[in-house]
Amino acid sequence: MALGGCDSSSTRSNAQGNVITLTFWNGFTGGDGTYIRKLVDDFNKATPHIQVRMNAYMWIDLFQKLAGSVISGQAPDVAVMHVDDIPTNAARNLITPIDEVARALGLEESAYTSRVVWQGGLYRGSRYGIPLDMHPLGMFYNKALLRKAGLDADKPPRTGDEYMAVLEELKGKGIQGHWMTPFLFTGRFQFETLLWQFGGELFDPEGTRATFDSEAGVRALTWMVDLVKKGYSPANVSQDADFIALQNGRNAFNWNGIWQINALKDVPGLEWGAAPIPRIGTQDAVWGNSHQFVLPKQRAVDPARQEAARTFIQWMSQRSLEWLKSAKIPVLKSVAESAEFKSMEAESQFARQSEYIRFPPAVAGIADAMLMVEKAVSQGMLGRASPAEALKAAAAQATQVVQHNRKKYGA
Amino acid sequence: METRTIRHGRRLTPYLFLAPYLLLFSVFILLPALYGLWISLHDWDFLLPNRPWVGAQNYTELFTPGSRDFTDFWQSMGATGLFTLFSVPFLVTVPLLVALLLNQKFPGRAFFRAVYFAPYVLGVAVVGVLWRFLLDPQIGLVNDYLGKAIPWIIDVPWVWVSLVGMTVWWTLGFNAIIYLAGLQDIPRELYEAAEVDGATRWQRFLHVTLPGLSPVLLFVLTVTILQSANMFGQSYIVTRGAPANETRTAIMFIAETGLRSFRMGSASAMSYVLGLVLLGISALNFRFVRQREM
Repeated sequence: MALGGCDSSSTRSNAQGNVITLTFWNGFTGGDGTYIRKLVDDFNKATPHIQVRMNAYMWIDLFQKLAGSVISGQAPDVAVMHVDDIPTNAARNLITPIDEVARALGLEESAYTSRVVWQGGLYRGSRYGIPLDMHPLGMFYNKALLRKAGLDADKPPRTGDEYMAVLEELKGKGIQGHWMTPFLFTGRFQFETLLWQFGGELFDPEGTRATFDSEAGVRALTWMVDLVKKGYSPANVSQDADFIALQNGRNAFNWNGIWQINALKDVPGLEWGAAPIPRIGTQDAVWGNSHQFVLPKQRAVDPARQEAARTFIQWMSQRSLEWLKSAKIPVLKSVAESAEFKSMEAESQFARQSEYIRFPPAVAGIADAMLMVEKAVSQGMLGRASPAEALKAAAAQATQVVQHNRKKYGA
Repeated sequence: METRTIRHGRRLTPYLFLAPYLLLFSVFILLPALYGLWISLHDWDFLLPNRPWVGAQNYTELFTPGSRDFTDFWQSMGATGLFTLFSVPFLVTVPLLVALLLNQKFPGRAFFRAVYFAPYVLGVAVVGVLWRFLLDPQIGLVNDYLGKAIPWIIDVPWVWVSLVGMTVWWTLGFNAIIYLAGLQDIPRELYEAAEVDGATRWQRFLHVTLPGLSPVLLFVLTVTILQSANMFGQSYIVTRGAPANETRTAIMFIAETGLRSFRMGSASAMSYVLGLVLLGISALNFRFVRQREM
């Protein structure tokens, strides 16, 4: 942190003539945009010879714009993307390997809280992403509702049996305790979590075949459908209605993304808690994702700019505590174990899951196949087909998709 | 004499008048369309160096049961068809009724004309988000008033009611304005003559208003069918394709295929199939109305 102060005074004279301006693209259009902007401003103040101009786009637009910018030689110097988008963008030649950057910054696996977040930045043996954070699913709960049902609001259930007992208890008091939605946010994430908990996998390790129609998959989706059948959830819950119902005191538990923490903090008078997702299946596992720094492909390589981009990434990853206030969990052990992070109560609860956070396999075009998972969850939850039938048809189609992608991007 | 010199001496003149539009049409419509045809014959991702020629495969796969896109594509075409079928009758008749009312003389007429047109100036994103919250099954205002839990934006058939209803509310102002302009073009004398002949209100509508409006009707019908067939935003925002992609329209699926899965070849082939279907429907439409005119 001293770096900023002395660096600027000593290099001001010779740097003044050639200030390097970097462009930095990301998809932080929501609440986290404020935090990243502040960090970028701080960086600009600390390093007068490197100025960063930030643009935030919707994630979906970002990839289209990135493609256009790379083709026209106008690519940003640094970008952030989700870990599961890295293989696709690497295969499409939009980002470049950054093994050297990782080496220069002295980054290695042992410094990270999770193996998968470090491995997740790899595609075909090369490093493309440097982890900034992780954002897993977790369990939010309404304390007042639990108390109303005569339950201990400070001891959320940890196992499947405990969880079912609590839901039954709530039902007796006329409260539907776990609203389950058929949509991506967060129905599909809950399905993935349960699939892994029951010992299943979305795809085989090489990404050649979809396997989410396994027995574990059927058990996972059946558990979700049963929430409605047993009266623990209303039918037809639209996207986000489960989360709003939690705030309104109509829903007791909501498995949602850590990014919702700041939204809950803003609700006046709401007593809420956060906890790891209970172990419903046979092992701990939870859906998560990670933001990673990537370097978009440049038409002309300029060593001075590369050096500046490296400085920026290093500076940003050192300030991760400030970034984590936008509701993320740390990737570096040093940060995770710091007193400052431990004082972030809700985030710390989510971080207890760090070791078993899971991502989809690092295969190009995997997002196309994940659409089929979404379809199966929707069909199963809305009673269009039985869980087994829905999963079987969707997995067959997802296998077609990954096979097609292997042909397209090369096996 | 003068017309003669123009005809013979300056053959180029009409083409020069057409040139500016022809240029724009060629650059922005004709060439991209031809380029799209070329793309549709390849496995095309504009970022990959390798874009293999696949001939008609992108087309044949759309007609081969069991292929990757067969079910999804025809389901989306079906969704577009259903939406068009349900929405066009309302979008053609309701605005006509509104226009007939707004064509009367009554105090506050300008105000009501503005009120009916107002929703049309809103973007689809605004309208979509608005209705999504109003119609939410659990936390929406509509179900709260009804005291029921109708899955307006989640399950059939309710999703169609919602999508058609909000589209009619949103766009009826546009068609109403077109009708209104058409109504004002019908000569008053015709009505007076009909009245003198003892025609009832209904007969006047049937034999004066409707024939007078027929070119306008054809325009409204054609444009409305095409607009409904291009529906995207409402499904994308309000139902997100629910239940299980049953309200995912053709345009929505084509956009997903081309811009999210980067399969521009397949997406272009789908666009061409959709385009040909719409061309056919428009041709039938014109023919039908022309025949009635004769």
